[in-house]
Amino acid sequence: MNNIPIEYYLILSALMFAVGITGVLIRRNAIVVFMSIELMLNSANLSLVTFSSYLGNSIGQIFVFFVMTVAAAEAAVGLAIIIAIFRNKLNVNIDEINIFKW
Amino acid sequence: MNAELILFIVFALLALFASVMMVTRKNPVLSAVFLILNFFALAGLYLLLNAQFIAVVQIIVYAGAIMVLFLFVLMLLNQRSEEKILNGKKNLKIFAIIVSALVVFQLAYIIFYSKPSAGLAPELQKSVQAGTVEQIGHQLYTNYVLPFEAAGFLLLAATVGALILAKKKFE
Amino acid sequence: MSIMEIVVITLIKIVAILSVFLLSVAYSVYFERKIASWAQNRVGPNRVGWNGLLQPFADVFKLLLKEDIVPEASNKPLHTLAPFIALLVAFSTYAVIPFGPEVELFGYKINLVVADVNIGILYVLAFTSIAVYGITFAGWSSGSKYSLLGGIRSSAQMISYEVSMGFSVGGVILLAESLSPVKIVEAQHGWMWNAIIQPIGFITFLVSSFAETNRLPFDLPEAEPELVGGYHTEYSSMKFAGFFLAEYANMIISSALITTLYLGGWQNPLVDIFHIQGGWAVAMQVGAFMIKIALLLFFFIWVRWSLPRFRYDQLMNLGWKVMFPLALLNIIWVAVLIMVFKI
Repeated sequence: MNNIPIEYYLILSALMFAVGITGVLIRRNAIVVFMSIELMLNSANLSLVTFSSYLGNSIGQIFVFFVMTVAAAEAAVGLAIIIAIFRNKLNVNIDEINIFKW
Repeated sequence: MNAELILFIVFALLALFASVMMVTRKNPVLSAVFLILNFFALAGLYLLLNAQFIAVVQIIVYAGAIMVLFLFVLMLLNQRSEEKILNGKKNLKIFAIIVSALVVFQLAYIIFYSKPSAGLAPELQKSVQAGTVEQIGHQLYTNYVLPFEAAGFLLLAATVGALILAKKKFE
Repeated sequence: MSIMEIVVITLIKIVAILSVFLLSVAYSVYFERKIASWAQNRVGPNRVGWNGLLQPFADVFKLLLKEDIVPEASNKPLHTLAPFIALLVAFSTYAVIPFGPEVELFGYKINLVVADVNIGILYVLAFTSIAVYGITFAGWSSGSKYSLLGGIRSSAQMISYEVSMGFSVGGVILLAESLSPVKIVEAQHGWMWNAIIQPIGFITFLVSSFAETNRLPFDLPEAEPELVGGYHTEYSSMKFAGFFLAEYANMIISSALITTLYLGGWQNPLVDIFHIQGGWAVAMQVGAFMIKIALLLFFFIWVRWSLPRFRYDQLMNLGWKVMFPLALLNIIWVAVLIMVFKI
């Protein structure tokens, strides 16, 4: 563990976060956008675990545990919403889901 | 070069490769497959960081439950793949690349400016101790019992909400 | 012990277990066919070798020599990957299951388990939770509607039963106060088998493992009257054999897991009763482990040829409305046992 500088992990986490942002911005499929958000959550988790491990303190990992709980709840509700939208519009393209803009 | 660094490089490249592939695949199911690969690479990184519990939970919860849910919905909706990822919007592409480059630049600046490894004296013993199931379980049921219960309620609410949303047709 | 010695001993253990395991997978196919014919009052395979004992090898050679057909509409990389995922998952779970006590051999203390991981049970649960991908990928990548339906069914089914499986294991962990399979087996010394202490958890775990291995009455992902062959409709040759072997490997793994968690693992009460010491005791204990697995395997096959298949809504109802509450009840039962009766 002492052989790898903490910066490596943090940079990796930053890069993954950026890929997630790109995914949210350029993709039009609601489910893929959702998956990009999961990717961003995971990159944040990576930095939390990194700090927790390098500081020898488990608080970061407990936080990751809660992030995972929230992600699971979010996936369940979010996918249910997407299914409901699909039933109505037969499409999950976020450009065409603009029913609030009459 | 030591074994740990090599493992780190392998897992890090795998994670980055999988995340880029995830964003650029036209077929959403393939995106999901690459996201799963990314989660496995992350689990490997967590193991390198001595976070054994989080590594296993990453596989059980993310790879084993959440992604199965995604795949289930993707296969159920069974859509065609997007013809073009960008739908011909060139401005959006440039905007997205600028934004993500800015984010990377900003984060990298903070990381290198604050020099997190300067005052850090990582101890293997303490780090291993922090990642064990015993330690995390003990913390969860003593200091963090309230957030733990709140997380339980959140999951219950999510279950009920998902059931109601998926059951009724949209009015 | 030096690093070299540990590596060599572990390699020997892996090779030994893998060969025994592969052989037993091959022969469980044979026994399935024999028991099926027994149940249906016919003879079964009896041409290759004495009483058909070489039949498994003949089957494997036949499948090896067949043409490997990859459908035009399929996604080729995933189509190839799927059977390997199924096999990999089926084979790696065995690493943490102890098949005997610590023994002294040639002056070395050897633990009869490939890897004594302190979070072994979580490792097993992680592997069972990714087992679904073999079937799901196979279903999606084949590009056929029957396969797709099989894949969708399997993903929903396995997620649902994983919940009750995890909660049933909770009771075992409460009693053993450890996540290590070695400690769990040691905690079931004598007749303190978990199947006797917590019968409800035993039943929920048994039913969930039937669902996780996609065996009848839960084989909806491959239900042949409805879905042709389900997820493996479009598979042929060695890739089909991969799924076929993975199913039997999963059965053996499930039996080994049930034995470890609920039936006392390698614990053999006879050893204590007759005060047997040394090598014979170890042999009896390892033998007891094998016999328990064989009986459970027989049970798996017996159920297949006795019960009809569930309907999909019945399967979901059973999983969420019966097995899940029962597993929760079991945890409360174990907690009461520990708090009130101080087991």
